[in-house]
Formats: sequence, C-alpha cells, structure tokens
Amino acid sequence: MLDTRSFPIGDPILEVNNISLSFGGVKAITDTSFKVLQHEIKAIIGPNGAGKSSLLNCINGIYKPQEGSIAFKGRKLEKITPKLIAEEGISRTFQNLALFKRMSVLDNILVGRKLHMHANFLSVAFQMPSARTEEQANLERCEEIVEFLEVQDIMHTPVGKLPYGLQKKVELGRALATEAQVLLLDEPMAGMNVEEKREMCRFILKVNDELGTTMVLIEHDMGVVMDISDNVVVLDYGKIIADGPPDEVRANQDVIDAYLGVAHD
Amino acid sequence: MKPKPMFMSFSRGDVTNFVMLMVIGLAVIPVLIQTDYWYSSILIPWLCLSLAAIGQQIVMGYAGQLALGAAGFMAAGAFALFNLELRVPWVPFPINLMFSGLIAAAFGIIFGLPSLRVRGIYLMVATLASQFFIIWMIDKFGWFKNYDTSGIITAQDIVIFGKEFTTPLEMYLVVLVVVAVLTILAVNMTRGSTGRNWMAVRDMDIAAESMGISLLKTKLQAFAISAFFCGVAGALFAFTYLKSMEPVAFDIKLSFRILFMVILGGLGTIKGAFIGAAFILLFPVALNTLGNELFHGAIDATIISSIELVVFGVLIIVFMIYEPLGMAKMWEGIKQKFKRKPEPSMARVSDSKA
Ligand SMILES: Nc1ncnc2c1ncn2[C@@H]1O[C@H](COP(=O)(O)OP(=O)(O)OP(=O)(O)O)[C@@H](O)[C@H]1O
Ligand SMILES: [Mg+2]
Repeated sequence: MLDTRSFPIGDPILEVNNISLSFGGVKAITDTSFKVLQHEIKAIIGPNGAGKSSLLNCINGIYKPQEGSIAFKGRKLEKITPKLIAEEGISRTFQNLALFKRMSVLDNILVGRKLHMHANFLSVAFQMPSARTEEQANLERCEEIVEFLEVQDIMHTPVGKLPYGLQKKVELGRALATEAQVLLLDEPMAGMNVEEKREMCRFILKVNDELGTTMVLIEHDMGVVMDISDNVVVLDYGKIIADGPPDEVRANQDVIDAYLGVAHD
Repeated sequence: MKPKPMFMSFSRGDVTNFVMLMVIGLAVIPVLIQTDYWYSSILIPWLCLSLAAIGQQIVMGYAGQLALGAAGFMAAGAFALFNLELRVPWVPFPINLMFSGLIAAAFGIIFGLPSLRVRGIYLMVATLASQFFIIWMIDKFGWFKNYDTSGIITAQDIVIFGKEFTTPLEMYLVVLVVVAVLTILAVNMTRGSTGRNWMAVRDMDIAAESMGISLLKTKLQAFAISAFFCGVAGALFAFTYLKSMEPVAFDIKLSFRILFMVILGGLGTIKGAFIGAAFILLFPVALNTLGNELFHGAIDATIISSIELVVFGVLIIVFMIYEPLGMAKMWEGIKQKFKRKPEPSMARVSDSKA
C-alpha cells in the first residue's frame, strides 16, 4: 500500500495483554496478547470457534476474562464494562446483528450519538432550546451518515424489516455515529454478496482514510482481508499463531496448516 | 428529512390535530354534552385511565420492562394527594398534584430495582410486589387515612386559585388540562433522546450499553416517570371519579386492565394508550347495554362480566399474534384508506416499469 494516507499508522492505541477466558471447562482464549496501532486496519482471522468474537467481547466488556488486561492509549483500563469502553472511545458492531429492531434506521444511528447528547429528560420533555439545538445538530450529523452509506430511501424504515445486508450497513452506521477512535467490527461482511462486500470495504477504507479511525475487524473472506488490512492476527484454538502484514501471514506455514487449508463458511 | 417541527417536537399536522382535539375537548364537548353521566362516568375515568396507560406505556411499551403494578402507583399518588391536601392545604392544588406524582415516582424507582436483575415474567412477578406493598402500607398505617375508621373517606374539593371545581364538567376540565399537558411532555420525551434510550434498552440492551447508555439509569428513569404518570392519574382518579379514598379501588384487577389497555391499544404508542383505555372502559358498558337489550335481564350480570373477560383474553391473544402494534396501528391503516392517494411507493414504480 502506498504511504500516502492522511493518517499514517502510529503507535499502539489498544493493547491486549495475556488475556485468558474460559467458559466452564471450555477455554475460549488462552494467554493472548496483541497490539493495535493507531489508524491501522487490523484483521482478526481464524477458523470457526477460534475465539475471535470472544476476544472482541473481552475488549468491550461483555465477557470478563479470567486473566489479563487491556490498555487503551497507553493506560491500563481498570474497570471494563460496555458503557465505560464506549466512553473511552471504542465502539463496535456485532456478529449476529444487535440492532434496535423496532426503531427506524435513523433512530438506530441516532442512538449511536448517545455520548454526544447530554440533555436530561426534563429538558427533552419541555423541549428546552438546549435540547432542541442538540437534537437538531445530532440529527444533521446522522443524516450525513445516512447519505454516506447511501440508505436515504430507507431511513425511516424499522430496521427489523430490512434485509440482512442492509442491517449490517445500518449497524456500521450506528458505530460510525459514535465517532469512536477505535471500531471493533465483528464480521461486518458476513452473508453479503461480492457487490455488497466491495461496497462495505469501500466504506471502511474511506472512514479509515478520512477520519483516521482505527479498525479491528473479524473477517472470514481472505480476499477481503488481504485487500484492506494493514496487519492480520491469526487465532486458532484461542491462541495467536501469527501476527503481521497480510503477505507475511499468508506465507506462514502454521497459518496455512491451521486455517487456509481448512474449508470455511 | 423528518418533517420540520413547528412547535416543540410537533409537526404542523400534530399541532393541527392537537388544537382540534383541544377545541373539541374544551369547547365543543362542554357545550354539546349536558348530562353529568358522560363526564363522571365516561370522560373523566377515560382520561384518568389513559394517563395511567401512558405511564404503563412508558415502562412497558417504550422501555420494554414487563411491569405490572400501575394501580399500586395510582394508589400511592391518590393517597399522597389526599395527605398533601390534608396537611399542607395552603399549597396550591396543581403543586400538590405534582408532588403526589413525585411521591409515586419514588416508589417507582424502588420497585424498578428488580428490573436490573430480572426480566420478562420474573420482572412481572417482582413488580407485583409494589402493588401489594403499597396497598398493604396504606391499610396498615392509619396515618395515611388520617385515622379514619368509617371506611368512607371523601376526597377534598379541588380548589385552584380560589376557584372551586366541583361539578362534573368542572372536574372534567381540570382532568383534561392536566392530561393534555402531561401527554405533550410524554410525546416530547418519546420522540427525543429520552425515548430513544428507552427503546434501545427495550430492543437490544447489550447494544444500548455498548453505545454508552446506562441500563441502570435508563430503566429506573422509565420506572420513575411511569410511576409519576400513574401517580398523577391515580390522584385525579380518586379526586374526580371515585371522589373518595379507597385502596380497594386500586387492586390488581385495575393493574391488569391498564396492562390490557396498553397491549390492545398498541405497545409503544401514546395514542394507543388513549385508544386502549377507551376500549377497555367502553366495552363492558356496551356489552352490558347489549345484554340487557337483547335478553332483557335474562342473562346474569356475572355471566356478562365473564363474557367480558373471555373477549378480552381472546382479543389480547389475537393482537399479540396478528397486530402487536395494536389498535393504534389499525387506526392508522383506516386513516390511510380515507386519505388522498398515497405517494407512489417504490413497489408501484417498479410495478409500472414491469
Ligand atoms: N457465551 C458463551 N458461553 C459458552 N461458550 C462460549 C460462549 N461464547 C463463546 N463460547 C465458546 O468459545 C469458543 C470461541 O467462540 P467465539 O464465538 O469467540 O469464536 P469465533 O472465533 O468468533 O467463531 P466464529 O468464526 O464462528 O464466529 C467456542 O468454543 C464457543 O463455543
Ligand atoms: Mg465470531
């Protein structure tokens, strides 16, 4: 990749240190460490059940690892809950879609603006000028995202009624609305056709390029991974077996044995 | 683009509808309807129960918390107002009314605490505790009833700025104004960030939390505001409809009726609260009249009230399966049919091309 990007890759922004997680007897993650560099697109790959989603869930506080720690911007995070992580500036999407199904596309994206909206319920109830200006400003911000994702024509549709591919797009939109510095994307292109995948890649690259957002994404499609990521972590049975630029990882014999040789999806 | 709001969160159409309804409520009805029966037995209870249904709607329809105990909070509001009017009679009635709502809200927060741990049917059972506890408390401690043992405690007269509101029409006007104001506030909340947070928690709590929403704060807030609405509704219900203070009026059956109002009216719409309340209130009246007309008293009243329960039960099942959005949604559908031709939809455009 030519190094003409507006936000060159920098120092580590997110560090996962010696994380171990098990469910009863099942070890999902074993003593795993890796670093995510500022402004990079980092892919996490690995066979089904390797522990990729669990890893994201540990970072964002949905799962509590038995061991290990996470540092963000050089500071070890003492308490990790989904809310605190959001406040730190890390947002995410979910593998199995976690949208607000009965709310419209626009409202879903507006929820992503939560941390930018501070009006309390009384000023909302009485529609105080502060609440109205805030609502208007955030609405405009979300309409920009709607335009960026080219979903204007469905912006008032309840997301539950949309096809899967569009829902994935809305979920990306909601994550973008947070303006988090780091986005954790769990299989953002799963179940999409080639056309949709290409579009999704374009969005991800564009956001990374224009806003410098750091991306950690889980993806099964090796073509996509090789195309868009700066670095790749390979996970197998809860352990990291490779970590490096796509070309290097692709040539790694362990990876070939563990993953590339195995049929997936 | 969303239609630009004209006033608060209201579009031009909303404002027109609201003004029309208010003109009807404040001018047309008082001129046209002269019989007290309409005010004391239909309009007043309908408005009060609609307000309670809005409360139930907020916690259940918007925040998705299956709470059952609206009548308990209504009792809290009613007895709070009774005691405030009794002990601090110099405080203006509207302020005392607001404080009775706030006292009910405090109970709402306490009994909303289980929602942080359990959900669904378990939460329903846990919130039932509020129902029984509040009624028990009022019965147990004589202070709440001012040590009145006669069993019939009359509610005080409503006096606002020296003016007495004692006739059914006057009381109706008080209730109407309070309900109108609180409805506007409820609509503003549900359309704004407050309501979005509730709905986010309802639809997918883990994602809501990942967007920075505090589940604790959002759920308890919904419980508190819900109980506030129920509390004010209960106070008005006691002062303008029952005109007496009796805990038994706020039993579990009333909680269920309010629950049914919200389910039949449509979960997650304020309009549904009004439609549901009207239906639940008027249906028994209609059934009774019909029964008497057709069978001239040959059918026992208890049978009629059993029929009523069966019909409600069936309707609830039917609605849950076929129209979870309730009568409010059906009403929208009917309105659409009568409106001018809708703009060509995407489907039509592609149809005509094909
Ligand atoms: N909540 C849970 N309870 C019990 N076991 C779990 C839970 N979540 C994950 N696991 C287990 O942990 C292991 C890793 O699962 P995880 O979902 O992280 O894999 P993954 O790499 O994301 O797989 P996929 O590619 O299929 O999404 C699996 O063995 C899985 O069964
Ligand atoms: Mg996964």
